[in-house]
Order: sequence, then C-alpha cells, then structure tokens
Amino acid sequence: MEKLLDVENVSISFIQYTKGLNQRDLKVITDLTLDISEGEILAVLGSSGSGKSLLAHAIFGILPENANLNGKIKFKGKELSQEDKEEIRGKDIVLVPQSVNFLDPLMKISDQAIGHVESDAEKKEKKVKQREIFEHYNLGPEVDDMYPFQLSGGMARRVLVSTALLSDPKLVVADEPTPGLDEKTVEETLNHFKHMKEDGIGVLLITHDIHAALEVADRIGIFYSGYVIEIAENKDFSGDGENLLHPYTKSLYRALPANGFELTKGHQPLHGEIQNGCPYYDRCEMRFDRCRDERPQLIDIGNKKVRCFKYEEGA
Amino acid sequence: MILKGSNISFKYPSAKEYLLKDINIEIDSSKITGLVGDSGSGKSTLCKILSGYITKFEGEVTLDGEKLPKKGFKPVQLIYQHPEKVMNPKWKMKQVLEESWDVPDELLSEFGIQKSWLTRFPQELSGGELQRFSVIRSLNPNTKFLIADEMTTMLDAITQVQILTSVIDIVKERKMGMLLVSHDMPLVDKICDEVIYFKDINGV
Repeated sequence: MEKLLDVENVSISFIQYTKGLNQRDLKVITDLTLDISEGEILAVLGSSGSGKSLLAHAIFGILPENANLNGKIKFKGKELSQEDKEEIRGKDIVLVPQSVNFLDPLMKISDQAIGHVESDAEKKEKKVKQREIFEHYNLGPEVDDMYPFQLSGGMARRVLVSTALLSDPKLVVADEPTPGLDEKTVEETLNHFKHMKEDGIGVLLITHDIHAALEVADRIGIFYSGYVIEIAENKDFSGDGENLLHPYTKSLYRALPANGFELTKGHQPLHGEIQNGCPYYDRCEMRFDRCRDERPQLIDIGNKKVRCFKYEEGA
Repeated sequence: MILKGSNISFKYPSAKEYLLKDINIEIDSSKITGLVGDSGSGKSTLCKILSGYITKFEGEVTLDGEKLPKKGFKPVQLIYQHPEKVMNPKWKMKQVLEESWDVPDELLSEFGIQKSWLTRFPQELSGGELQRFSVIRSLNPNTKFLIADEMTTMLDAITQVQILTSVIDIVKERKMGMLLVSHDMPLVDKICDEVIYFKDINGV
C-alpha cells in the first residue's frame, strides 16, 4: 500500500498579546507525527479543546495568520508548500467538516456540492457525477434543490460525505464527524468511512470519541498535551490493555466503564505548562530520573510508535 | 428524600405535538439513578423541569412532598454537558465559584483543581477542567439533589472517572440524591443502582 500522507514533527504556535504590546508564543501542538497509507483509517484521539483540529487546518493550509507552522507535511512523499496545499485541497485531499454549519445556508445543496465551474458544459458533467454519488448515498433528486436547513442530521452528514467524495479524493480528513448525533447516525457515518477504506481511500479521523475511533480505525494516534505519545494498533485495545505501550494509553483504556472504570489522578498539562522533559512525567508511574529533564522522541516499534524512554534500546 | 414528578406534560410553544406526556418519575436519594434514552427524545427538557429551570409545564414537581422554591437557591441543581455555556466569560474562575459558595481548599484539591486555574478566564481552561468547576459550584451545602445531564459526554475516559468518582463520594457523604442522564450504557451499568428508560415513562 502506498503512503499517502506523512506528518513529521509538526508544531503549531500562536502569537498572543499578553499585556499591552507584550507578546508570547503559545505552543498548541508541539510534536505531531503520523502517516496514512491507501485504504487505511488512522484516528487521532485527543480531548476536546486540545488543538487537534489544527492539524486538519495545517494540512489544508487554512491556519489563521498569527499561527506559526513548523515541521513537514508530505503528500505521496512530496513536501507540501502553501501553494501546493491550495492546489491540492478539494481535489486529492478533502475535508469532511464537523457539522452542517459549514454549508452555505443561502445556496442550494447541489450547487454547493458542485462548487465553482467555468462553463455550462462542465456544470452538466459535474451535475451527472454529483447525482450519481448522491444516489449512492441514498439522497434522492429532491435533495438537490433543498437548502441546508431542510436537511435532517443524518441527511446533512450524507451530503457532507458525498460532497467530499465528488472529486475522487485519495485522502479524506474528517474533523470530529460524530458528536451530537444519535447512535443510528453515528453508526451510519462510521460506515461511510469503512466504505471509503474499501475503495482504497486513506482516512484521517480526528476525534475525541474513543468508541468511534475503535469502531473504524486501523491505527490510533494518541494526542496528549500537544504531542503524539503513541500510535497503537486497534487490536491492542483489548483484554487488559497489556499490548498498549504508553502508560497514558493504558490508563485511558482501563478508565472506560466497560474495562474497569479505573481511576488515574492528575490532569493533562495545558499549552505552555510543560517545561522540559516528558509531557506525562507528573502522572507517570514508571518514570525514570531522566524523564524530568529530557524529552523522549517518538520511536518506532514494529508498526507502532511510542514516545517513552522505557521502550528505547538499552533502557 | 424523594424527588417526584407527577403527571408532567410539556410542549414547546412553537410545537404542535407534546414532547413530554404524563410522565411520572420518582427518584430516591438513597440510590443513584440512571436515565437512559435517545438524543432528542426530551430527556434534557425533563431535567430542566425537575430542577426548576422550566416553570411552565403541566403537572407537579415535589422534593420530599414540597414544591420547589420559586425564588432563591435551587435545591435541585442541574449540571449541563457544556460547562463553557454556563459560565460568565468575563469572570475569572474564582468569581465563578464564589457566585455559589465559599469552596474549601480540600474540596478543590479533591477535584484536582490547581490554585493557578482560579485566576484564569473560562476560555483559558479545557472542557474537562471547566466541568470540575461546574460540578463544585453546584455542590453548595444547600444542594439536595444533583441532576447530571450528559455531564461527562465530552470528556476523555480518565477525566470522566475522576469527576464521577469525586461527585459520587460527596453525594453519598452528604446523603444527596443523584440522577445521571446518559446514553452510555456501560457507564450507567457501572455507576447506577437503578435505571429508568425514558421511553418507558414518556407517554407521547
């Protein structure tokens, strides 16, 4: 399977004014590394408000002006510049946004699905394709002339998904596609991603919902205080969590009501609260002395990755 | 203590159909009760009625046989899913807490609240951190009943355990009542002594 997306050591910070003209650089993402291949679903799991949505914004080149992006984002091995991102977005890489609020309320569904066209001929051609995909997602011809407010939750979700697929993308980025939906619609949405996977499309699922991630993802990247601390395989989230590597991931798994509801103390350090060392140092039960001052790197262990000194050779 | 709703019916002024019809519900403070149902079915509306936030409805809500007070502190406190929506964005967290009561330091540390958070504004804290404040604020000594409406739905599993464990300890210690509204069945099974299915009590 060909690699589609490589995100290497991406960090994102914002320039903030504190008092008067004093500025500070607020790091929201410190080190985010992940990769997705064709026909693979990778979930990035992080708590709400942790800044993980910025990853999607970085991939599409839509970060706000005061944001500072470092690190590499590669598509099929080629590093993307801002111009490349603008060229490629909406074609090879598409976004499934969070909610129906991302649609234009004053535009008919079919018109916004098709988007900008140069000529009538092009419009006709795209219209045929749009109808075909909409039909596939069980959206009848009457939907074409509706406005966003007339859609039910499930229909809106199907419109967003089928619109994204209109350009035959290689990679789909879905930002929090499940919250606020009832169980049936969640199930349906997750099934869409499974179908994309079967068609060889890579899917990056950004979510805070561990159940959704475990339902569809092949691998799951755990995002903690601005770092990816582990990329685990789906099957590792089983039994007692003994195959999970990072202590945080283990705790997270064992905290689920179905797996023991185990209590772990402490909180995720906020942006800018981490000094040096490991972001999990305060809460870690198996920490070493070096963890306080030295920051572990994300290392490969077979198909998985972990950011922890315990797994380094010779440790 | 019994929180009791008798023959509760409700419809929003703009709606044609009733959302809640002839609901009878009794919640005993000696147990932790779970309320389970689909989203959009009217659970949250029932919570607002039981806690006295919606006053125009048919039927009656009583706490130990007495009607809920119309003025002053509400003995039935409701905790929402989204803490950022129920806090004044222009107040620092210290003021947000003091609006309700003078919280002892031990309780702050039991809920894992750092002293430094008190001088921050709500938007400078994460959802999990804010929800801790939201819960503590509702634990005023005059609170008799707690209704947690999808209180931990937006939080990660670890924060969910932390907040619920602390709340349940206090609820038991103070002999308060608690209704946990959730769609997460494993969670309800784990925590609640009794489960009420919303569709069984709603006569729509």
